[in-house]
Amino acid sequence: MIRVLVTDAAIDVAGELDALERAGGGAVASFTGLVREDSGVEELFLEHYPDATEKALRDLAAEAMQRWSLEAATVIHRVGAMKPGERIVFVGTAAAHRAAALEACAFLIDRLKTDAPFWKRETRGKDARWVGERDSDRDAADRWKR
Amino acid sequence: MATIDLLYFAWVRESIGIGHESATPPAEIADVAGLIDWLAARGGGYAEALGDKTRLRAAVDQVFVPLDASIVGAREIALFPPVTGG
Repeated sequence: MIRVLVTDAAIDVAGELDALERAGGGAVASFTGLVREDSGVEELFLEHYPDATEKALRDLAAEAMQRWSLEAATVIHRVGAMKPGERIVFVGTAAAHRAAALEACAFLIDRLKTDAPFWKRETRGKDARWVGERDSDRDAADRWKR
Repeated sequence: MATIDLLYFAWVRESIGIGHESATPPAEIADVAGLIDWLAARGGGYAEALGDKTRLRAAVDQVFVPLDASIVGAREIALFPPVTGG
């Protein structure tokens, strides 16, 4: 079962984990990304490519489902304006055993960062700037190539 | 060449001043890089946004492609900075 959602509403992590636990596996792993509080950012705005975003996430989830024989994969990404401490992204996996669930979860968040069309803009006071690409994100995504 | 829908995102959109337009590039423009040069030659915000191709990424009909990808037969081309989601 694949669940993909791009939304401007808050992410209900408890509800998503509950659904993954009912997928029939023995292991559930998840990652939650938050707007960082420590860098003076007052607002984070997430722009996306509406028609292409959901397809990119769905393709990644399908690849993870097949590669790790998952019972379920969930990918949820916020868009629009967010405050520090709010959830930006949630990735969850359900599998028969922990190794598959944990690896597939890491794969999904690493590849999401380089393969899905989202862009972050940070606002500090009157200064709004688009976040640049990070080499470390590209390296993290590259380790899943085979 | 037929009319193509052009989409711009993030600072590319802000520099150009619009997020969406239609254009009919000359028939000799065969790839994304050629399209970028043709648009940048309009000057102003286009030149500012599209002058340095190393900062740009593209999608043709919603599939990420390198800048030497063909645009022949394309209906929708998006130009944007490297993605930064997650």
